Amino acid sequence: MSVAILRQGAYLIASIRSDLSDSEVIQLRHELSELVGSYRTRGIVIDVAALEVIDSFVARSMRSIVLTAKLRGAETVIIGIQPDVAIAIVQFHLNLEPLRVALDLDAAITLLDRMTRRDAEDGG
Amino acid sequence: MDQEPDRPASDGGSAQRAGRPPEGSDGADSLLLELVAYLRDQRTELREEWARRISEAELLSVMSDEEIFSEATEVYDNYVDALGTGSIEALQTYARELSERIIPRGVETHEVLGIVLLLRDVLARSLFANYQDDLKLLNRILDAYEPAANRIAVTVGVSFVEERERVIHDQQEALRELSTPVLQLRERLLILPVIGMLDSSRARQLTEQLLGAIQQKRATVVVIDITGVATIDRTVANHLVQTVEASRLMGASTILTGLSSEIAQTLVDLDVDLGMMKTVGDLQGGIEEAERLAGYRGADASDSMGHVES
Repeated sequence: MSVAILRQGAYLIASIRSDLSDSEVIQLRHELSELVGSYRTRGIVIDVAALEVIDSFVARSMRSIVLTAKLRGAETVIIGIQPDVAIAIVQFHLNLEPLRVALDLDAAITLLDRMTRRDAEDGG
Repeated sequence: MDQEPDRPASDGGSAQRAGRPPEGSDGADSLLLELVAYLRDQRTELREEWARRISEAELLSVMSDEEIFSEATEVYDNYVDALGTGSIEALQTYARELSERIIPRGVETHEVLGIVLLLRDVLARSLFANYQDDLKLLNRILDAYEPAANRIAVTVGVSFVEERERVIHDQQEALRELSTPVLQLRERLLILPVIGMLDSSRARQLTEQLLGAIQQKRATVVVIDITGVATIDRTVANHLVQTVEASRLMGASTILTGLSSEIAQTLVDLDVDLGMMKTVGDLQGGIEEAERLAGYRGADASDSMGHVES
């Protein structure tokens, strides 16, 4: 599998290393959904910087990963969308509706902290 | 063939006989009686032949050879009795008892049908062998034998399926009666743990109970935990959405917890509108969130994390 999934506190960081086949995308979805439950994950960061192409299937899968994770209690933030990919997504009107996007990992973590602030309150 | 198939001629039964003396009166009844006498005569061999064919066909694989043989004996005797008397009631009762015994052991419908049809074939073949010298008589014997044998096969098959359905029905009842208690965790905070199978009737019952409890306990937050639910379909998912919506109308916010990975993916694939739903991974997280919403712990909902840029 060309995706590394790291655990960082209450967050999971899924770093995609190369273009994904359709079955790998589906596998990623299953894996993240399982891990969210077993680690009590509150947030997921998916790094798509290595993806040179985001087709409609990947876009739709990202969307369903986000929705599935949400049902399991975790927010998801996508980072690292390449400029070319961003232009393509806009031009093709791909529906990425509930997807939250951030510039880099730092921004993503900050965004997740805010989205899952009940944790922060528990701490402080 | 010179006879009406369903009504053999009245003078036929006792006329020419291949190897056995004439007996009984005329017509199909006497033929059946003769048939029964013959089958009783051949009981040992046919029974063994049948048990052998069952093992060969690898039916009833969950039972030992001895068990198969003893069941085969009983089925054989009942079968022959039913052939003779034309009354299938005794056989029906026996088939039901048999089903009760073998269903819990995992015997499948195809196996039961298989063994009954095997017995029919074994008997038919032995009839062929015995009456092959007299084709007319063989025809009439078969005319009498086949409808009775088919009726028996249908009876046994139907009894088995009915018994199976009764077991399934009982289990569904038991599941339905697993109560869905609405628990009060704190003032104005309710928990609804859902366990077992959710179908639409149970989902409706659950909604009614919950709404009643919200009104009675004056709840503001409800946690619905579905950790114990294995699968969900579109109808039930929509029911849940409606439950949440109805609770909101009554002034309570709802948190859904414990969605399994499969259920979460199913709901997303079904494209159920879950925008209204607040979901948290597990019951613990759901209760924490509910306590926050209900105003316990003194934590307010306003953003205390000022350092965030969007």
